[in-house]
Amino acid sequence: MQTVFSIGVDALAYGMVLFVISIGLSVTMGLMRVVNLAHGAFAMIGGYIASYAARDLGLAYAVAVMLAVFGTILIAIPVERLLYRRVYGQPELTQVLMTIGITFCVIGIANYVFGPTLKTIPTPESLRAPVSLGFRTVSAHRLFVIACGAAVALGLWYFIERTAFGVKLRASVDNAAMAAALGVKTEVVYAVSFAVAVGLAAFGGVVGAELLPIEPYYALRYMVTFLVVVSVGGAGSIPGALAACLLLGAIDVTARYLVPDFGNFFFYLAVILVVCVFPRGLMGRAQ
Amino acid sequence: MPMTASASRTVGRDLLGLALIALVGLAGYWLFPDNLAFLTRVISVALLVLSLDLIVGYCGVASLGQGALYGAGAYAAGIACVHGITDPVLLILIGAGAGAIMGLLMGAIMLRAHGLPQLVLSIAIVQLLHEAANKASSITGGSDGLSGMSPAPLFGVFEFDLWGRSAYLFGLGLLLIVFAVLRFVTRSPFGMVCRGLKEDPLRISALGIYAFPVLLKMFVISGTVAGMGGALAAIATQVVGLDSVSFEVSANALVMLVLGGIGHLYGALIGTVIFMALEHVVAAINPFHWMTLVGAVLIAIVLFAPRGLSGTLDELARMLTRDRWRAGR
Repeated sequence: MQTVFSIGVDALAYGMVLFVISIGLSVTMGLMRVVNLAHGAFAMIGGYIASYAARDLGLAYAVAVMLAVFGTILIAIPVERLLYRRVYGQPELTQVLMTIGITFCVIGIANYVFGPTLKTIPTPESLRAPVSLGFRTVSAHRLFVIACGAAVALGLWYFIERTAFGVKLRASVDNAAMAAALGVKTEVVYAVSFAVAVGLAAFGGVVGAELLPIEPYYALRYMVTFLVVVSVGGAGSIPGALAACLLLGAIDVTARYLVPDFGNFFFYLAVILVVCVFPRGLMGRAQ
Repeated sequence: MPMTASASRTVGRDLLGLALIALVGLAGYWLFPDNLAFLTRVISVALLVLSLDLIVGYCGVASLGQGALYGAGAYAAGIACVHGITDPVLLILIGAGAGAIMGLLMGAIMLRAHGLPQLVLSIAIVQLLHEAANKASSITGGSDGLSGMSPAPLFGVFEFDLWGRSAYLFGLGLLLIVFAVLRFVTRSPFGMVCRGLKEDPLRISALGIYAFPVLLKMFVISGTVAGMGGALAAIATQVVGLDSVSFEVSANALVMLVLGGIGHLYGALIGTVIFMALEHVVAAINPFHWMTLVGAVLIAIVLFAPRGLSGTLDELARMLTRDRWRAGR
């Protein structure tokens, strides 16, 4: 029973981290049709900034998180302007190459600047203590991560379904040319959603640093995981991404607890099965 | 059969190309006698990149999982060799067979999807095999690698010695044969249909051609070639590591292909040689500088030379000859 419970909490926390990081990827992929393999690199940059701010400068955790999110967005803007703009609407292979190239560069530079060691982000006291739920105690950090994931999901749902900007965003996803003809500034929509996506990636990278540790190969190691999650969920679909993250997170964590020497075997088996049965993802739209 | 002038000219050009490859290969043999093990690895990876070109360049199916086919050939040859089948030619055939079967499986799975899910499937397959090879350590040696092979002398005469001379020449011969066959395959009506499917699938299906079996056939051919590459690596190094079936190998193969030029068999060779030579030099100094360099090169290719080195050279040559033609008029 204890095992089942701790697997459940860990799976939920892991799934939420995956969700926070990859939802931005899902939105940009659904909106701009860019296969962005460099998304994990932005999460890594966020982690590095937070680590630098909290550990080396001694700033508070909340400040470090804010710095990480906005710092990463600042770094991402010129990258989007100069590089991503060129591959919108190009074949997938071109996009894959461009974004793998960006990932490799980020890895090389991160190692040059910060060194090859693991970076920790010191969490405040309140997150380190275990929390009693009456019948079990759980790590407060896990609960915090789960709460963050739920908050991001709700916030995004409200942002996309209930605000005027969300209407424009959905219109641009469905038919960019028609939305532009009706007076939606698709360029602005693209830029804002790219910034939000990158900010969320950085946020997820910082919050999930205990589960996905920050090191130079982070971008490459989890790149595939994020891409897989988006593809399984269906690009552009928030409930799909949430379902995919919770499902794959649960499978991965359960397999790691019960049959640790199989590694990621069951994770990728599940991916192949899901993609074969639902080639457009769990909740992807027909094209 | 009477041969038209243009057909005989292409055959002549192919013979010239093969002679050029053989010449460069032999030059490598004479110039770098101490680095033959590395050069053999270049040849084995060149086979992998050629096989990837068949899928990406001729069928337009983006794949980041070609290492699955390469690794299948390497492990099949390695396991067969450990269990007493030591004839190198037979081992290459075993690797080719294993690669072909894996290609059939992989194609059957990958061709169910399109676009991003297809790419993800290719990654998932190679990762799955990686984990499986790691888990089945009693057969594959797991993360320690499979060792203890001792291939018999080639044709019963040429020993696979420490200097790797016979391994290199064997690999070079294999590459020449495969290259000649692939020139033939890509120019056959079947190859043309594949190309057509890449350019305009709708139009090809309107011609009454069903894409799935055609692409699957190309996957099997590609698996055969990749499997031979893996088997060659297994014979030459006498070790099969987990890294032969990995995402990194697959991604690197794609980078080499793009560097050389997609849809060009020569491009695959040029890209492999340049990439691996650079890696040999730069990665020895600092592996992370190497990653930055590869990343920058990739970005530069996408921005400035989308057709790769061979495509850009072609374009340059065409521009130069056109200028000369204009000047001569």
